[in-house]
Amino acid sequence: MVEIRFHGRGGQGAVTSAELTALAAIEEGKYGQAFPSFGPERRGAPVMAFVRVSDEPIRTREKVYEPNIVVVLDPTLLTIVNVEAGLREGGVVVLNTSKSEAEVRKETGIKARLALVDASHIAMDTMRVPITNTTMLGALLKATGLIKMDSLKAPIENRFGPIAQKNIDACARAFEETKVEG
Amino acid sequence: MSKRVGMEVSIAVGEAVGLCNVDVVAAYPITPQTHIVEHLSEMVADGHLDAEFIPVESEHSAMSCCIGSTAAGARTYTSTSAQGYALMSEICYIASGLRLPIVMNVVNRALSAPISIWNDHSDMMMSRDTGWIQTIAENGQEAVDLTIHAYKVAEDPRVLLPFQVNMDGFILSHMIEPIYMPERSEVDAYLPPYKPVIRLDPQKPVTFGPVGMPDVYTEAKMAQDVAFKNSKAVVIEAWKEFGDKFGRYYKPVETYKAEDAETIIVTMGSLSETAMSAVDHLRDGGMKVGLARIRLWRPFPTEEFFDAIKGAKNLVVLDRAMNFAGDSGPVCMEIKSILFDRGHSANVFNFMAGLGGRDVTVQNFEEMVQKAATSKAPAAYEIINVRE
Repeated sequence: MVEIRFHGRGGQGAVTSAELTALAAIEEGKYGQAFPSFGPERRGAPVMAFVRVSDEPIRTREKVYEPNIVVVLDPTLLTIVNVEAGLREGGVVVLNTSKSEAEVRKETGIKARLALVDASHIAMDTMRVPITNTTMLGALLKATGLIKMDSLKAPIENRFGPIAQKNIDACARAFEETKVEG
Repeated sequence: MSKRVGMEVSIAVGEAVGLCNVDVVAAYPITPQTHIVEHLSEMVADGHLDAEFIPVESEHSAMSCCIGSTAAGARTYTSTSAQGYALMSEICYIASGLRLPIVMNVVNRALSAPISIWNDHSDMMMSRDTGWIQTIAENGQEAVDLTIHAYKVAEDPRVLLPFQVNMDGFILSHMIEPIYMPERSEVDAYLPPYKPVIRLDPQKPVTFGPVGMPDVYTEAKMAQDVAFKNSKAVVIEAWKEFGDKFGRYYKPVETYKAEDAETIIVTMGSLSETAMSAVDHLRDGGMKVGLARIRLWRPFPTEEFFDAIKGAKNLVVLDRAMNFAGDSGPVCMEIKSILFDRGHSANVFNFMAGLGGRDVTVQNFEEMVQKAATSKAPAAYEIINVRE
């Protein structure tokens, strides 16, 4: 079983990222589970969302405390949230940042393997909005190969309708541009 | 054929209600029930469901509308949570006393104060004595299946009682998970149209809900109790037919690795799956542990439950609602009374957990079992995970 924790700010689509990941896994015939950190949602406040993907039925509903993968949608969270908390041995942190690996490590002290992409730039360029949810899914796929790009298409189309293609483009471009370290 | 889809459980329940072809939905939104009635409201507005959606001003009115529409012969649905249930509860007793087969999902949430929108079983336990048949879902598939099953049982002329399907708020209602959604034709074949035995009809006037003077009230309650007790057989029969049609079979009490277990955990609702993971892990370590999951809460399946746990030396009973300074929590009281009547002397540990949305982990269950296996049960319940 693979466990993922998404960090974002209310309104950036961390919950949508988590949902699309689980839907894509279910689309592939796997078991998938996605849920937000439940509470009154506030735009701009730090939020989390969780995903589990497994070949077996998933028999737990506790929060994800020890993720294999952490995805951070907003670079400004890095200094106020310990995104590395509980990360499993060999885990990976997928970051939206315009900075280099060396700069990120120096500023945050993150020791885990990193995958970096300037998702804010890609989202603005492709969709003209600073919403990085589908963009960061491209980075997640590049960093982990957890699900196939094709499996994301139907869930993105169902969710976004007329603006689905722009989201798919942003996702694909992030896949190309993500640098996976170590 | 059912199709396997990834879906938020609340949306799936809304779809299931739609598949039941309800005539009337009367509901007031309250977290965490909101997504179910939002979805039904959309289905009606978009023309996907030919029903009357009554956007009432309170839960008290919601249940009042449900009573009127069911009495007029319409298949009726509502859903609520916590404080909404509390406000509605006055009318819930009337629905059962009038023998009206309303179906309601209660998306379980803590009762205030302190204000909490998060999950526990306070509302479900508050509703225990309202005279509604009650089941509780373990996962999204069950939430869908039990909702369809509820109409089948409630409307059966041998039953004619309202039916409450409980599902945990957030940890179940807001999960995306894979669900086999039945086809309309399959549901149509399982669930015939509602044919009321008597109904409000201007051509043939009848009175619903007159005064019950002291010379008839006791008889009315006795009649209600007989119908309620008899409903268990229909609940089970309808699950059998459901299994034959849809391939998923349900029982009032399910066990997991309980046959040779010395210690049995007793759970209700979606934490049962977490408890299963704990059972697997403890079994790997050589402990004889099992699980009994109560699916039918009212009428309580006394015989089925006793059969499931009679071999155990220790019982670990999970309660998710307070019974302040009572002997034990509401689930455990039920169980202790069954054990006493049958002269069973199991060591019964009663833990209160998962109150107001506190996470209950696999490790929590393991700690409860370890405690039960190595010590004598205290007379009192214990609230776990308390910061002191």
